[in-house]
Amino acid sequence: MSFELALVWESLPKIVEGMGLTIELLVLSLVVGTALAVGLVLMRISGIAVLEWTAFVYTYIFRGTPMLVQLFIIYHGLAQFEAIRDSFLWVFLREPFWCAILAFSLNVAAYTAEILRGGIQGVDRGLHEAGRALGLKTHQRFLYITAPIAIRLSLPAYGNEIISLLKGTALVSLITMYDITGVARTIVAKTFAPYEIFVSAAIVYLCLTWLIQRGIGLAERRFGRYVRR
Amino acid sequence: MPADSGEPIIVLDQVTKSFGGFQALKGVSLNVVRGHKVVVCGPSGSGKSTMIRCINRLEEHNGGRIVVDGIELTASIKNIDAVRREVGMVFQQFNLFPHLTAVENLMLAPRLVRKISKKEARALAMQYLERVHIPEQADKYPAQLSGGQQQRVAIARSLCMKPQIMLFDEPTSALDPEMIKEVLDVMGELAQEGMTMIVVTHEMGFARSVADLVVFMDKGEIVEQAPPAEFFARPRSDRTRAFLGQILKH
Ligand SMILES: Nc1ncnc2c1ncn2[C@@H]1O[C@H](COP(=O)(O)OP(=O)(O)OP(=O)(O)O)[C@@H](O)[C@H]1O
Ligand SMILES: [Mg+2]
Repeated sequence: MSFELALVWESLPKIVEGMGLTIELLVLSLVVGTALAVGLVLMRISGIAVLEWTAFVYTYIFRGTPMLVQLFIIYHGLAQFEAIRDSFLWVFLREPFWCAILAFSLNVAAYTAEILRGGIQGVDRGLHEAGRALGLKTHQRFLYITAPIAIRLSLPAYGNEIISLLKGTALVSLITMYDITGVARTIVAKTFAPYEIFVSAAIVYLCLTWLIQRGIGLAERRFGRYVRR
Repeated sequence: MPADSGEPIIVLDQVTKSFGGFQALKGVSLNVVRGHKVVVCGPSGSGKSTMIRCINRLEEHNGGRIVVDGIELTASIKNIDAVRREVGMVFQQFNLFPHLTAVENLMLAPRLVRKISKKEARALAMQYLERVHIPEQADKYPAQLSGGQQQRVAIARSLCMKPQIMLFDEPTSALDPEMIKEVLDVMGELAQEGMTMIVVTHEMGFARSVADLVVFMDKGEIVEQAPPAEFFARPRSDRTRAFLGQILKH
């Protein structure tokens, strides 16, 4: 078996074309998922049993099942329901793109909510007491003390979450979409050179991962100035 | 110096507090006269922290009455807020907000609670950092300050809310010996300015020179309270004598 370096190089430009979709999926799901996560974590710490329980069950379901299975349920499964096909949602849900966004966002929400909860729990109790003693209200303590510290504590794990989502987006190649992996698969079907083409795809993913790590590193420094002496 | 008999600004009347089945305060009564300094001492677990934390409702007492500057502490949020406006607190672990600089630590509560402008808050904060002798550290983060400096920032942070009463829970216990003095000096200055203070501490030198009243607690009770001269010269209870014997040895 031979390995043609030239083929890796030649296929890169085409694979980079798939990068646009990968980044779109990544960014959109992150934004939507993170917004949902904030809601979930607020439910989780609300002290209201129904909300806590709902958030817990939600998180349990989405963390406890493979993202591919969730994607298939949404893409193949929802179409089974006439109610959905008749509703305005169908405009979105018949598109694989929006099915993917939905599946990924719901996933990101579940994981990120847990990450944020860990961050919140990591905030020293003494700081709350200092805030109470100074007369700060609950929401003021949350906004000005808990949240900034929890965000800093959550950043490394959140960075990991972004990277695993990046890799997870490759699943859309299984529902007829041409992201990095999807493009790579079509080239493989034409060239019969899986080795080179997938190495080329791997290189593109690694570059994106590097960018994400850099970004998180910068954010950690920005939010964590206070940690360094 | 305030007179010995004045109106009490803090009244604890038969205060009890339980954690689960464990009774941490077993009916504690104490009057603190406006402007007086009260030093509270006693063995570990005797309920000293619990008592002063009840005064600004960091702990909720189960029985008895607590009245601070005429406001009774009940479940009423309005009363709790009112009491917290009168009472500042300094903790053993400083509890500075790590993500804010020294001056921002001081500005936060005045801005959020008293709703003053950023500019006013900064001016106020600088004024109090000067009072605790560290204006030059204003823009450092807590992690960049020594323990003694951090505790002085914490004191200044409380003073920014212009409280009438200051509670100190072992303010020097977490400090290296060489930093204890700078914090006690600041507290001494505050005492001279007429602040009402309750200080949980085992710094008996401070108690002798600053306190109007020394309170000894053991097992959730106030065993003895007396002016320092009397307290150290003629402790009445055996438990007090045993305790003093122990800590004065060191
Ligand atoms: N949140 C809590 N939950 C359960 N028990 C508590 C709690 N806080 C205090 N206690 C118990 O109440 C008792 C009194 O505690 P407290 O902290 O008031 O003692 P202390 O006199 O301040 O002791 P130290 O000198 O060690 O600070 C202790 O036995 C302690 O274990
Ligand atoms: Mg204590």
